[in-house]
Amino acid sequence: MAQLKHLLGIEGLNPVSVTNLLDLAESYALLNRSGKTQRDSLRGRTLINLFFEDSTRTRTSFELAGRRLGADVVNMSVATSSVTKGETLLDTAATLNAMNCDLLVVRHKSSGAPALLAQKVGASVINAGDGTHEHPTQALLDALTIRRNKGRISGLTIAICGDIVHSRVARSNILLLTMMGNFVRLVGPPTLLPGSIGVNGVEIFHDMEEGLKGADIVMMLRLQKERMTAGLIPSAREYFTFYGLDRKKLSYAKPDALVMHPGPMNRGVEIDSEVADDAARSRIKEQVEMGVAVRMAVLDTCARSNY
Amino acid sequence: MTTLFRKIRYLDQSSQNLCEGELLVQGGKIADFGASLGVPDGAEIVEAEGAVLCPGLVDIRAAIGEPGFEYRETIASAAEAAAAGGITTIAVLPETDPVIDDPALVRFLRTRGEETGSVSLLPYAAATRGLEGKELAEYGLLQAAGAVAFTDGTKAIASSRTMRLALLYAAGFGMRIVQHPEDVELARGAAATAGARATWMGLPSVHAAAEAICVMRDIRLAELTGGAVHFAHVTTGEALEHIRRAKEKGLKITCDTAPPYFDLNETAIGDYRTYAKLSPPLRVEADRLAVVAALKDGTIDAIASDHQPRDPDDKRQPFAEAEPGGCGLATLLGVSLARVQSGDLTLSQTLALLTARPAAWLGIEAGVLAKGRPADLCLFHPERSWQVQAGKLPGKAQNTPFDGRALEGVVLGTWKAGRRVYG
Repeated sequence: MAQLKHLLGIEGLNPVSVTNLLDLAESYALLNRSGKTQRDSLRGRTLINLFFEDSTRTRTSFELAGRRLGADVVNMSVATSSVTKGETLLDTAATLNAMNCDLLVVRHKSSGAPALLAQKVGASVINAGDGTHEHPTQALLDALTIRRNKGRISGLTIAICGDIVHSRVARSNILLLTMMGNFVRLVGPPTLLPGSIGVNGVEIFHDMEEGLKGADIVMMLRLQKERMTAGLIPSAREYFTFYGLDRKKLSYAKPDALVMHPGPMNRGVEIDSEVADDAARSRIKEQVEMGVAVRMAVLDTCARSNY
Repeated sequence: MTTLFRKIRYLDQSSQNLCEGELLVQGGKIADFGASLGVPDGAEIVEAEGAVLCPGLVDIRAAIGEPGFEYRETIASAAEAAAAGGITTIAVLPETDPVIDDPALVRFLRTRGEETGSVSLLPYAAATRGLEGKELAEYGLLQAAGAVAFTDGTKAIASSRTMRLALLYAAGFGMRIVQHPEDVELARGAAATAGARATWMGLPSVHAAAEAICVMRDIRLAELTGGAVHFAHVTTGEALEHIRRAKEKGLKITCDTAPPYFDLNETAIGDYRTYAKLSPPLRVEADRLAVVAALKDGTIDAIASDHQPRDPDDKRQPFAEAEPGGCGLATLLGVSLARVQSGDLTLSQTLALLTARPAAWLGIEAGVLAKGRPADLCLFHPERSWQVQAGKLPGKAQNTPFDGRALEGVVLGTWKAGRRVYG
């Protein structure tokens, strides 16, 4: 496949590179399940997890992915680094450069921060979530989960519900899913939906019944508490009443529609436990599993571009 | 000292056409001009070889780093950039440290300008003490010290009550309030104009309408109080339409815009280019075209540089955290002349927006080629070209949004009160 030096976003990928990444990830998923988890393709390589924002699951997922491929993995989080002592992002980049790291996994609260780092470091930069911009590995793992369950990742109707405007997961998913030829619906209150999307094949709904009608996949997004303090929605209970996914709202979708959520979930806010824990419908745990496989594929592919 | 400019092209005031001729400077003033003047004894000769001689540019809006932000720029380095850009008068914003809200600081800035010998600094004074938007500054005393108008710089005066009082009180001294037209609540935290681009880049954004919302309110307050308001760096067609109608009604409304808003649109922030992060943010192409149209029909009274010096560290940040603002002294003339080359404006319109009209707005003698006026002059070659390169601009501030832009119009020389200060 084409060389992939950095993974800064789904923007910049094409259907072929997405398919290649998903195929490679699928093979890692099978190996992970078989118990033969240890590979050595990244032996001698250094992966630094540079997290300026708290994250347990994404960081752990990348860490596990790196270790399973044999890389030396170092975790740096903002609380323990000198970034809190006034060091700038680019000073940090220069320091990491001097340490000759090969793969740099970055999460930052500002959109574009990984792109800025990518200009300044020799390592491959993998965006693990930047501001409200992109979270490409999440979209890839969602795509892999969908493909495994539906047998394809095109021609499906996928409803993404909730806080779209603040969601990097939503942006990466919209880009990937429309690129692969799916119908994407965005469902949520007007205060949490962007005014302009400007992408063909994306429809906007403010009503869950209409938005979920005939959907193959219902993707729920996490609602941050700050959205309520900022006055974008009046209360959690009002939100749950109109936009929280429960059995009734799920019944508007296709009978075999699957439920997904990038985690961590706010039970009783955007999703009802009865739905989240329904093994027949919910694929939330499988998403986590695919996360490791997808990140192995991304790390492997980016590392190879460095030879 | 006597200087004779030979073989110049200059704009004839009556026909507004370029004509060839000579111009004589004596004792720091324009002594004469015409087709052929003869060489007085001891005159220094400047052979212009067909270059255009115009009044030194009058820039009604620039921030200078000094006092307080000398790491970005000093008055000396700003003067160097101004001279290289053909600018001989700058109205400077009060957003310094300390804030220019005291008569002594106004006098200080005027004096520091005189010390450069190349550029007059005309200070704006703060509209409210400490630019805090609450208590009015001492307008009368500040005016007496030489303040040209009152503004809170890049901070909009948010409170309707404060704005009403400011307009009312300033009117008593025949003074203007200069507003950064942006609804403060809507614009809080914004780094780009709301729309598909900001959505996909994941940037906090402000709707372009935030400008019109502020403009509408202030026009109404100007009508209510009889006060005079000037809207700085107007960027949207909607706001310009309100200003156009207010002017037709005879209200005391004026406005300026800055080169980025008629030369660039929001696509310039692609790839998170922080040098194109400005306040107000760059707009969509339709708004850029509306700004050009308003320059053409006269709704806009002046082109100002909107110079905002920034240090590399202010800009080498993730986009949302980077400081907004672009430097603009050295590129003011070239980017404005691009509108002449594009056919949108005539040379006479463009030069008027850079000289006579801002000078009239300030109420100063500069900005026109006339006998007895100070010999603040700019000699430029309209057909020669250069390329803007961040890092190679004159002066200290290098944060140009026009990095890489090819421009036609090279400043060959600048004179302040008859003394050559550049070229």
